[in-house]
Amino acid sequence: MEGGFGSEFGAAGGKLDPGLIMEQVKVQIAVANAQELLQRMTDKCFRKCIGKPGSSLDNSEQKCIAMCMDRYMDAWNTVSRAYNSRLQRERANM
Amino acid sequence: MEASSPAGLGATDPQLQHFIEVETQKQRFQQLVHQMTELCWEKCMDKPGPKLDSRAETCFVNCVERFIDTSQFILNRLEQTQKSKSAFSESLSD
Repeated sequence: MEGGFGSEFGAAGGKLDPGLIMEQVKVQIAVANAQELLQRMTDKCFRKCIGKPGSSLDNSEQKCIAMCMDRYMDAWNTVSRAYNSRLQRERANM
Repeated sequence: MEASSPAGLGATDPQLQHFIEVETQKQRFQQLVHQMTELCWEKCMDKPGPKLDSRAETCFVNCVERFIDTSQFILNRLEQTQKSKSAFSESLSD
């Protein structure tokens, strides 16, 4: 599925390029974080919006999921801000 | 707090070493945000509405603060217990 570590991973002609490695690592981290968010969001919004799974995803369920996604993002950002400000406060108290 | 350097990549390159340390820290932050968002979502959200109301927002902020308090409380208490049972201190510290 993915290129072998070292063969395509920032290695051109057997020589490692730190800049290229860093770029690729950043991309992979971003992908991993997006997958993490997607997985948790799907889980939470499925629980909130699909009471009894029917023969299709009906209109009200779709609306609920859309709203749930937006609220989950709001929640994520709120949590991120709260955690960040807590860290700042603790750093200032040290 | 030292980041492990997979395959010894960072050990050879100080720039890469620094990059790995910074990214590891960022990833720890992100991971905890994912975890706390999921946890606090259960405590603070009933039905996702058209916007995150202020009551829910306050709940999320408090949830983050208390989660960190809990984590620190447990850590401190474990440290206290270890002081009286020094036999365990080596196996549990770090």
